[in-house]
Amino acid sequence: MSLLDVRDLSVVFQRRGERPFTAVDKVSFTVEPGQTVGLVGESGCGKSVTSLAIMGLLPKRGNKVGGEVLFDGTDLLKLRPNDMRDRRGREISMIFQDPLSSLNPVIPIGVQVAEVLERHQGRDRKQALREARDLLDAVGIPDPQRRLSEYPHQISGGMRQRALIAIALACKPRLLIADEPTTALDVTIQAQILTLLKQLVDDTGTALVMITHDLGVVAGLCDTVNVLYGGKVVERARRHELFAHARHPYTHGLLNSVPRLDSPRGERLHAIRGSVSDNIPWTEGCAFAPRCDNVVDACLEGPPPLEPTATGGDLRCNNPVSEEVTVR
Amino acid sequence: MLRVIVRRLLQLVVTLIALSALIFIWLRNLPGGPVEALLGERATPERRVLLTKALGYDQPILVQYGKFMQRVVTGDFGNSIRTGDPVTEVISRAFPATIELALAAMIIAVGLGVPLGYLAARWRGRSLDNLTIAGTLLGISIPIFFLGYLLKDVFTQNIHWFPPSGRLTTGLDNTHVTGFFVLDGLLTREFDASADALWHLILPAITLATIPLAVIVRITRASVLDVLNEDYVRTAEAKGLRHRTIRGRHILRNALLPVVTTIGLQTGALLSGAVLTEKVYNWGGLGTLITDSITGGRDYPVLQAIILLAALVFVVVNLLVDLSYAFIDPRVRVR
Repeated sequence: MSLLDVRDLSVVFQRRGERPFTAVDKVSFTVEPGQTVGLVGESGCGKSVTSLAIMGLLPKRGNKVGGEVLFDGTDLLKLRPNDMRDRRGREISMIFQDPLSSLNPVIPIGVQVAEVLERHQGRDRKQALREARDLLDAVGIPDPQRRLSEYPHQISGGMRQRALIAIALACKPRLLIADEPTTALDVTIQAQILTLLKQLVDDTGTALVMITHDLGVVAGLCDTVNVLYGGKVVERARRHELFAHARHPYTHGLLNSVPRLDSPRGERLHAIRGSVSDNIPWTEGCAFAPRCDNVVDACLEGPPPLEPTATGGDLRCNNPVSEEVTVR
Repeated sequence: MLRVIVRRLLQLVVTLIALSALIFIWLRNLPGGPVEALLGERATPERRVLLTKALGYDQPILVQYGKFMQRVVTGDFGNSIRTGDPVTEVISRAFPATIELALAAMIIAVGLGVPLGYLAARWRGRSLDNLTIAGTLLGISIPIFFLGYLLKDVFTQNIHWFPPSGRLTTGLDNTHVTGFFVLDGLLTREFDASADALWHLILPAITLATIPLAVIVRITRASVLDVLNEDYVRTAEAKGLRHRTIRGRHILRNALLPVVTTIGLQTGALLSGAVLTEKVYNWGGLGTLITDSITGGRDYPVLQAIILLAALVFVVVNLLVDLSYAFIDPRVRVR
């Protein structure tokens, strides 16, 4: 059995007096224990909403969540709020994009780490702080004893993200969802944080769902990659497969738009034309059709189905790219 | 931290000196004055000149101010023109009454305002929220003297729940220790006096509390709404923390920062509101003393001292607010 089995997850935002907006449209994917799975796509493709829906962290009002999120066989969407609260931070954890705003500015780092242990492991404050120090040490924060009493504004951005990782991994969860954990960091720090994450999930056997728009992150980390577009999975493949033979024109475009050191001087960077706002609703065809170079008549007649490929992945495209894309 | 306090205290001294000069000049330029009040309209010019001279009001204003300041630094504010009692004595009788009233009002305003504001934010757009917003608008716009007489009429004339005026039932004698009647009763174990004082305190305190209450509800609501959208609240939820912990440690603590500032600023509103409230409920505090000192013949020495005292209270409360701010928010400490 998969550790996480997301089946037909849908999130529809419905504000009074406005047209409902489908942010996540029947997304399905699985995560095996210890595996690292990527959710890739540009802003607004539904990747963050997917993760918040899995965590049960979407606002209580103004949205409708459908489908199933099976975690170890239990549908998280059907759990009572308090039962979900018991699992969050203990069995499933999450780290967020902006480490400064994700830490409470008026509470010492130590307490922010310790409170998870107090909540889920029944530790008292003293014991929890001692363990918090070891956790900070484990994520590579120098002089952890002193950091316990320091505040988020007193430490660097990289250290803040390390502290958040320590918080997320404090109770040795079986699943960690990382929502663009390196976006707000310097490039040099990004690499350090990714290495740390990789090492920690390898050591503890924690499964990782990596949400990112950065294909470089995917290349270094993920076993399987789900490419999202307009709230739907458009391509799913194993990492090497994806980089070697991206079939969906959108994935292809993403890979082509990565700047390369070995490209000829003066060559223009490839961009996917248009923007997400050009999308057509999936009911009228492929949402990517207005931006796609490979568009055929069938693309505007209805949503293409997600079909298995010869290489073991899935693809939602009427006219996929056949040309090979070299691995970066 | 110590440097901050010292700097603020020095600023306080400068503020008070400047203020004292302003009050001095302003009071002496008001029409009417102690001479007219004491002698009446039909006094002969000779007697007026004589009394003006006796009170020292014939000297240049700067000289008068200099003499006043000279005495003030030794703690001598002179004697009341109306009653002849030393000003310090007159004020020390009235001051605790006003502080007791203002404190009670603040306790009501904060104790009710913060939870209400929090709940309104938590249930934004629901009926409780709408009701709270409408209520605060009413609370801010209703004049104190009107509300005072209204409450007095309803709760003392129609239903006799509370006494109409005063700080204590006449005939009931209590021992004065601090001048705070509720506290005095507890200290001297005269619990009946304490209860009676509290009973007298409720209506005036509610009257005085309305405006600060409305302001605090609004500020708390807005502030909690801001904090609810903060990423660290989402982090706290992602940790699976209990609702209690999230509310107390992660939401309210951050949301209260602007509220604390508001409390300091509302001290001014409380002091000015006290003048009206005390008049309505015949409460023997500074407010009554101010009105009596103005209408009873421009009692310069008393008025000068009261206004200076009010300014002192305002500045000291705001100093405390700033210090507590640094205590709550570590980011302030660095600066």
